[in-house]
Amino acid sequence: METLIGLLVAAPLLGAGILLTGGRRLDRTGHLIGTLLALVSFAFAVVLFADMLGKDTAQRTLTSHLWTWVPVEGFQAQVGFQLDQLSMTFVLLITGVGSLIHIYSIGYMAHDERRRRFFGYLNLFLAAMLLLVLADNYFLLYAGWEGVGLASYLLIGFWQHKPSAATAAKKAFIVNRVGDIGLSIGIMLMFTTFGSFAFADVFPKVAQASGTQHATVTGIGFMLLLAACGKSAQVPLQSWLGDAMEGPTPVSALIHAATMVTAGVYLITRSSAIFNAAPDAQTAVVTVGAVTLLFGAIVGCAKDDIKKALAGSTMSQIGYMIMAAGLGPIGYVFAIMHLVTHGFFKAGLFLGAGSVMHGMNDEVDMRRYGALRSYMPITFVTFGLGYLAIIGFPGLSGFFSKDKIIEAAFAKGGGEGWILGSAALLGAAITAFYMTRVMIMTFFGEKRWQPDAEGHEPHPHESPATMTVPMIVLAFGSVFAGGLFSINSAFVKWLEPVTGHSEGNSPVSTATVTAGTMVVLVVGVALAWAMYGRRPVPAVAPRGSLLTRAARRDLLQDDFNHVVLVRGGEHLTRSLVYLDHSLVDGVVNGTAASVGGLSGRLRRVQNGYVRSYAVSMLGGTALVVAATLLMRAV
Amino acid sequence: MSFPLLTTTAVVPAAGAIITAAVPAARRTTAKYTALLFSLATLVLAAVAMIRFDPSGPRYQLTETHTWVKNFGLHYDLGVDGIAVTLITLTALLIPFVMLAGWHDPDPLETADNRRWRPTQGFFALILLVEAMVVIAFEATDVFLFYIFFEAMLIPMYFLIGGFGDRAHAAGEDEGARQRSYAAVKFLLYNLVGGLIMLAAVIGLYAATAKQLGTGTFSLQEILNARAAGRLHLATSTERWLFLGFFFAFAVKAPLWPLHTWLPNAMGESTAPVAVLITAVVDKVGTFAMLRYCLQLFPEASKWATPTILVLSVISIIYGALLAVGQRDIKRLIAFASVSHFGFIILGIFAMTSQGQSGATLYMVNHGISTAALMLVAGFLITRRGSRLIADFGGVQKVAPVLAGTFLIGGLATLSLPGLAPFVSEFLVLVGTFSRYPAFGIVATLGIVLAALYVLVLYQRTMTGPVKAGIEGMSDLKVRELVVVAPLIALLLFLGVYPKPVTDIVNPSVRHTLSDVHKTDPTPALEAKK
Repeated sequence: METLIGLLVAAPLLGAGILLTGGRRLDRTGHLIGTLLALVSFAFAVVLFADMLGKDTAQRTLTSHLWTWVPVEGFQAQVGFQLDQLSMTFVLLITGVGSLIHIYSIGYMAHDERRRRFFGYLNLFLAAMLLLVLADNYFLLYAGWEGVGLASYLLIGFWQHKPSAATAAKKAFIVNRVGDIGLSIGIMLMFTTFGSFAFADVFPKVAQASGTQHATVTGIGFMLLLAACGKSAQVPLQSWLGDAMEGPTPVSALIHAATMVTAGVYLITRSSAIFNAAPDAQTAVVTVGAVTLLFGAIVGCAKDDIKKALAGSTMSQIGYMIMAAGLGPIGYVFAIMHLVTHGFFKAGLFLGAGSVMHGMNDEVDMRRYGALRSYMPITFVTFGLGYLAIIGFPGLSGFFSKDKIIEAAFAKGGGEGWILGSAALLGAAITAFYMTRVMIMTFFGEKRWQPDAEGHEPHPHESPATMTVPMIVLAFGSVFAGGLFSINSAFVKWLEPVTGHSEGNSPVSTATVTAGTMVVLVVGVALAWAMYGRRPVPAVAPRGSLLTRAARRDLLQDDFNHVVLVRGGEHLTRSLVYLDHSLVDGVVNGTAASVGGLSGRLRRVQNGYVRSYAVSMLGGTALVVAATLLMRAV
Repeated sequence: MSFPLLTTTAVVPAAGAIITAAVPAARRTTAKYTALLFSLATLVLAAVAMIRFDPSGPRYQLTETHTWVKNFGLHYDLGVDGIAVTLITLTALLIPFVMLAGWHDPDPLETADNRRWRPTQGFFALILLVEAMVVIAFEATDVFLFYIFFEAMLIPMYFLIGGFGDRAHAAGEDEGARQRSYAAVKFLLYNLVGGLIMLAAVIGLYAATAKQLGTGTFSLQEILNARAAGRLHLATSTERWLFLGFFFAFAVKAPLWPLHTWLPNAMGESTAPVAVLITAVVDKVGTFAMLRYCLQLFPEASKWATPTILVLSVISIIYGALLAVGQRDIKRLIAFASVSHFGFIILGIFAMTSQGQSGATLYMVNHGISTAALMLVAGFLITRRGSRLIADFGGVQKVAPVLAGTFLIGGLATLSLPGLAPFVSEFLVLVGTFSRYPAFGIVATLGIVLAALYVLVLYQRTMTGPVKAGIEGMSDLKVRELVVVAPLIALLLFLGVYPKPVTDIVNPSVRHTLSDVHKTDPTPALEAKK
């Protein structure tokens, strides 16, 4: 069984290797090879899952050591895997949704001449993401962490001929690198404090920390949070996710909705031992989560680009998860549960958006949609189920998982609990609003289509089966996953041995919370219907309030970045280039020139008279020998 | 007496240089193959040395000792530790790729203009000559012997930079020639001044030994033995002055801020293969010598100077990266990236931890390979377009996807992406620094963001976007070029996931070096059970 863990990662890695080096001869079969290897990986995952279910709770963790990666005195980095319930959950999600999206992409990318390469990158992503969740130490996790960053970079910029895509890709990588500083320093702190960065060494030692080491543990927590902010697009490092929608839509579904962006949640949950021992870091985590869940939701309300509206939503939903993870044992399980259900419905929503774009000449502006429900019935139904799931319609997946997070937030207790719980409720209202807005603008109302730049009138049509089947499967997940997980608290029992779980003591009853979420749900939907359903949607966006205009610009965060970081950075590098030439070079040259006035003479010597230079070099050597002789004589 | 393997490793390229130079002018191809053959033979010899080196054996192995000039205490002493044998192998490995990449660089242009004539034989002979000198500088265990070749390698390098410059020059042929000469002279002058100061220190060291031991000596081993036995004791101020003399020369060569300004000129004006020779091979002698001579000969002074050197290293890292971001010229950009990387290497050396120094040594190897990959592909690109200005490129990946792909991999290695070799060494340097000097470690870590910035901006501007005018007909990599790039990429991948073969050889030598300076690694606050 242990060998299977390695093969799980190796299968998509092999696919990436074959597809990226195979050349043109694989153009016709490349997508099939890529999809097959994703499915193989999924099959291994299912086998491992079945095996794990058959074992006692205490014996479910599998480990597999492959080789010593970096053997240096004191610093021993291993390539080793650890498969427990937490990583198993991720492995199933990654390979399952991943395989579906491979299948979807066969249709979606059918007309792209670089399809083989696209599947190569997708395979690379799967391998890196599996490495991330299977690593048994932080150093190897880091490799997966950056590996998914690379795959994300390559896929966001897949249509490289578009400058906007290339810019978005670069931005995503660089913002993520800022987060990576956190992971680097976190690992270094672990190394200097515990002498190791392997889970099995670090976690037991955290409990033994005393005195100033508490501060260090808190520091590690903050650093891991920084890393999570980068990868999971949380405030203040969220700015890249909206731009990342430049990538092909299957990529947005897989990487920027279902899996990679949730890596931050994984990191925090995996590091529960550290965060449980660092309450200050936990406070920071819940704050980041709460702020982002509102931030993303507000941005989602203002976007007319369907993918960017969904991206705002992703940010917001991951905010929920991060907040839950920051709540400690009350929230870990629900963070992951919401992560899984979100993986289903958000991937489904993105694939639906892709299907709409596919039928609409790649139009993304929802003001140019409308009335599509009768043209694309399957897309409408699957998207609609995803919509109901995300807003938390009773009985669907999101209802179970989001509700639990809101309950957990209240259960945190004290003023903090009230603030977080209220923020989560408010977020739920806004979610209902913006998702209803997306739904209405896309599928209801009058049709507002316009010919594209080349004058082609869109002819909306349903997408082919390779695309609709994955959407249908994901819709099933969106509907039933949450309910299934909640039967007998199955999901809680499954994860509890790894993450721990506590009920907390909520000042409000479960029924009250549920009632509250129902109220905000109705309010949000009603408001959106009043604004977009009752009256026709203008084809050109109205100017909007100050908040709307700010939200369209991602609440001015990009403007801030541009003025402070980009402009400031440009000035800095330009001044430095100037100074390097005039000052540093000048001073050093000047010093050198004054040492014996050699500069002028040599410059004359080299003017074409290479031979005389050789003579002077010989002279120099003679001088050296003479000096030595002189020393000898003295 | 056993077979003089180390001497042979240096003599073969030297002989190759002479033979290549002697090939008749008309038979350029013969000369090229001759040179390539000798470089491959050297590689075989270096590989044999690497294999025969026993990591658990004595510190210096494969030693050869001959008294050269007895009266002056001058020895022909050769020997390699793990660090030296690794760097010799790196050198021998890179030279054939440098030659293949520069296969057509010294060809005469199809023009009657006499000034453009280029002696092919000279180009290849000079490369072999540089190789021979670098190899013997790594092998020498006699201070003066080292000094001679440390300085002598400037001569062939000067001619390679000044005589075979990059043809792609925006300002035209004449201006190009002028800037080329300027770069060559600047290279020479900086390194010569550094060398002269070192010479003073070498003589000073000799004088000190002569005074205290009765007979002066340049032999590293004799000096160390005498010191260990208490027969040689350098006064604190003397040791510091001598250290500074040595260090200055190495800091120019490495190069360390603010002595770096010759490097962008030299790398910008020379052809890409020569630029690789400068940064991947010759400059490594500087960082190697810091480990070998500064730390061993002057341990107390090294510790005394550490804070200053760490500050300069961190400045190099950040400053080099920021300047790389601001460059408009592809090769100058890579040169400034190298300044940043040398900052990391020197930081690792002077952090005085096992991870830092093993990391620094591994960094020398990895930087050699990754810069070679990036720079040589950049050279292919520049030759095709006839320009090295970033602004003249755009959309290359559309017309030459393989070239763009290899360029990206070289770039990703440069920004230390995990999975590729430089990540391991960079992280080791950072963690090794952090464990003793957390503040320096944290500031240096910022370098990883800046590296992503300069690499990805370069890639975006040259390779992505709409296809620019002048790029449309660009051909993809040819077989010869693939032969150069593919093995380098394979090595980057291999050492990225399995650096053990190198670290196993390097670790024991690092242990020796650390015991020279009487330093032990900081102990973790809560030591985990092994």
